[in-house]
Formats: sequence, structure tokens, C-alpha cells
Amino acid sequence: MTATLENPATEVGTVPSFEVTLRVRRYSPESEHGEESTWDEFTVTAHGTDRVLDALHKIKWEHDGSLTFRRSCAHGVCGSDAMRINGRNRLACKTLLKDVNPDKPITVEPIKGLPVIKDLVVDMEPFFASYREIMPFLITSGNEPSKERIQSAEQRERFDDTTKCILCAACTSSCPVFWTDGQYFGPAAIVNAHRFIFDSRDDGATQRLEILNDKEGVWRCRTTFNCTEACPRGIEITKAIQEVKRAMIRRAF
Amino acid sequence: MAAGTPDLAAPREAYRRKKSTRTNYELYGWVFMRASGVVLLVLIFGHLFVNLMVGDGVHAIDFAFVGGKWTSPFWQVWDLLMLWLAMIHGTNGVRTIINDYAERDTTRLVLKLALYLAFTIVVVAGTLVIFTFSPCPVGADPSLLPSVCFS
Repeated sequence: MTATLENPATEVGTVPSFEVTLRVRRYSPESEHGEESTWDEFTVTAHGTDRVLDALHKIKWEHDGSLTFRRSCAHGVCGSDAMRINGRNRLACKTLLKDVNPDKPITVEPIKGLPVIKDLVVDMEPFFASYREIMPFLITSGNEPSKERIQSAEQRERFDDTTKCILCAACTSSCPVFWTDGQYFGPAAIVNAHRFIFDSRDDGATQRLEILNDKEGVWRCRTTFNCTEACPRGIEITKAIQEVKRAMIRRAF
Repeated sequence: MAAGTPDLAAPREAYRRKKSTRTNYELYGWVFMRASGVVLLVLIFGHLFVNLMVGDGVHAIDFAFVGGKWTSPFWQVWDLLMLWLAMIHGTNGVRTIINDYAERDTTRLVLKLALYLAFTIVVVAGTLVIFTFSPCPVGADPSLLPSVCFS
């Protein structure tokens, strides 16, 4: 016996639906626009429970299949779909349409400061290059212990906040210092360095502090808090950067 | 290239930080900005209070007042410190702004050269004035001179 749907799709009507317009920034060097980027408007029907990502899906699946964007898990964990929605960096999969004023057209742009490849897809390589530079892996010295490296709950708590990073680049691409020339390490790299610098099991703090003491390191942070506001995981990024600064000052004096 | 194959762009150069500078230069710069800021608060408000509030206040300021002040080593050091700290603090601040906003290396270089030139001129001229200032110029109207000229 096969299972039958008790309540057919008529129930969908119970969730209020509305028309929403998305202004999407398009860039496709192979199109007739060439190197120019253009704005495209799409109006779709959405429900109160829909996110910006659902609207983008609807556009791609039903209106214009050439619209290009990244998304993987679609539930705020993989960090693929960071984009500039109504002028602020957010994850499209964590932003409900009803929260970004669907009465007016919602602007959707690629994140700033990284080279755009197509539509909403940017080249993340500069971002990941900075991430690799801070050596985001455990560095130890001495003999390998024969059991686990024990850590107390308090020691774990010290860097708990910065373990939550999903490398979506929302913070780094919201930073006005990063926009200028892309040389600044950026908040994400510093957050991930913080995660190891303050880990009691790690012995590479000196090396990491040395790396971030660079001209393009933590000292370029102007504490504008754009990163903290942009972070979809709610990491206190500016605070983490200040803690790294303080560790450097302690080391120098 | 065989006919018909599309023109592919050459692989891009790998992203590279222009050069790494692992000195403590920016660290000391950052600490200096905070420390000099605190000292400057004291120096500037002390300066304003002494010049504008004490005694006759702003009406007392004339050649004799300034000349008299600079005959004292205390005020010489005070004003010298204020000049140097304010100039280094301000220049470093503008240097930071140039680094943040100038996008091309040549723009950055030109702006910074102009900044350092202005810094040098003001600091050298100011220091010279503080140390070589003569409170009693020969042949001046005695009513305009500070009292130290007559003792």
C-alpha cells in the first residue's frame, strides 16, 4: 500500500503570499553587455516563509535560467551564498523576504571587494589566500601525546565565539579598508587566527601574531564594526580583532 | 592554436600580498596614537586655559605675553612637546587615511611625499621659532615688550 498525501497542496494558501520585486545586479562578459554590469528586475510570487534564496531559485528556475549564484546547503551552514542584499552583506538563505521590506524592490548584488566572475559569483581566491596565510591548523611542539589533548571547559570557552566562522566572506567584503586595495588580511582571517591563538592546545600563537603584525594585518582595522554587523553567525568580530591587537601589544612590551 | 577552439584567457596570476612587512612599525604607530592623544589632551587644554582663562584671559594676549612666556624654559618645553606630538599624531593620522583611501600606488606616493614635506616644514620652522625667538628686539617700542627686557 502506498502512502497517500492526507492534505493536498491546497493548504499552501494558508501562508500569505505576495508579489516581490528583486533588482539583481547582473554581470556576464559573454553577453551583449560585455564588461558592463546591469540591473535586472524580476517580480515573483513569494510566501511569508520564503527567504531571498527562495526568490532567487524561483527566478532561476522559472524566469531566467542564466542567473548565476552560489549556494550549497541553503541553510546557513556552508557559507556559499553571502551577497549584498539591500546594501548589507547577508546570507540569502538566512534572510526572510518579509524582513527586508518586500514592498520596495529588493536589491541583490555580489559582495564587494572581490572580483566578480558572473552575476552574484565572485572570485574567493584572495579571501582564501589570506585565510591560508594565518595557518588555520593546529601547530604543536614537543612529543605527540599518546592520548587526547585535554582542555578544560573554560579554556574552550576562551575561543568559542571564533570557532563559529563559516568562511562566507560577508565580514571581509563589508570592510571599507578591504575595499580599497584588497591587501588587508580582512576580518575573517583574523577571526580564524584568533581561534588558534587563544586555543590552549596550540603552540603557534607567536607565528600567527607575527603574521598579523604585518602592515596589512590587524593594525589596519579601524573598528568600524561593519564586520560584526555583517556576520551571519553573530561572531563578535571586532572584539576578536581587538583581542589579537592586545595580545600583540603584550608581546611587544 | 587550432582553428575553432575558443580563445581562453591565460591563467590568472595567483593572488599575492604585495610584500610582507613584519616589523613592529604599525604596532608602535598604533600605541603612539593612543599615548600621544592622551598627552595632547592635557597639553592643549592646559595651553588654552593658561592663554584664554587665567588673569585677563584672551585680552592679555599680545607680543609681550607670548614673548614673556617663551623666556621660560617650562613653556618652551610645553610648546615644543605640543608642536611635535601634534604634528606626529596628525601626520600619522593622515598617513593612515591615505593608506585607506588612495587606491593607486602613485597617488599614494605623491600624497605621502606632500604630507611628509609639509610635516618637515612646519616642525622645523616651529622648533626654530621656539628656540631662537627674541623677546626683546632692538629698537622696538618699549611699551610692547615683556617685563623681562627691563630687569
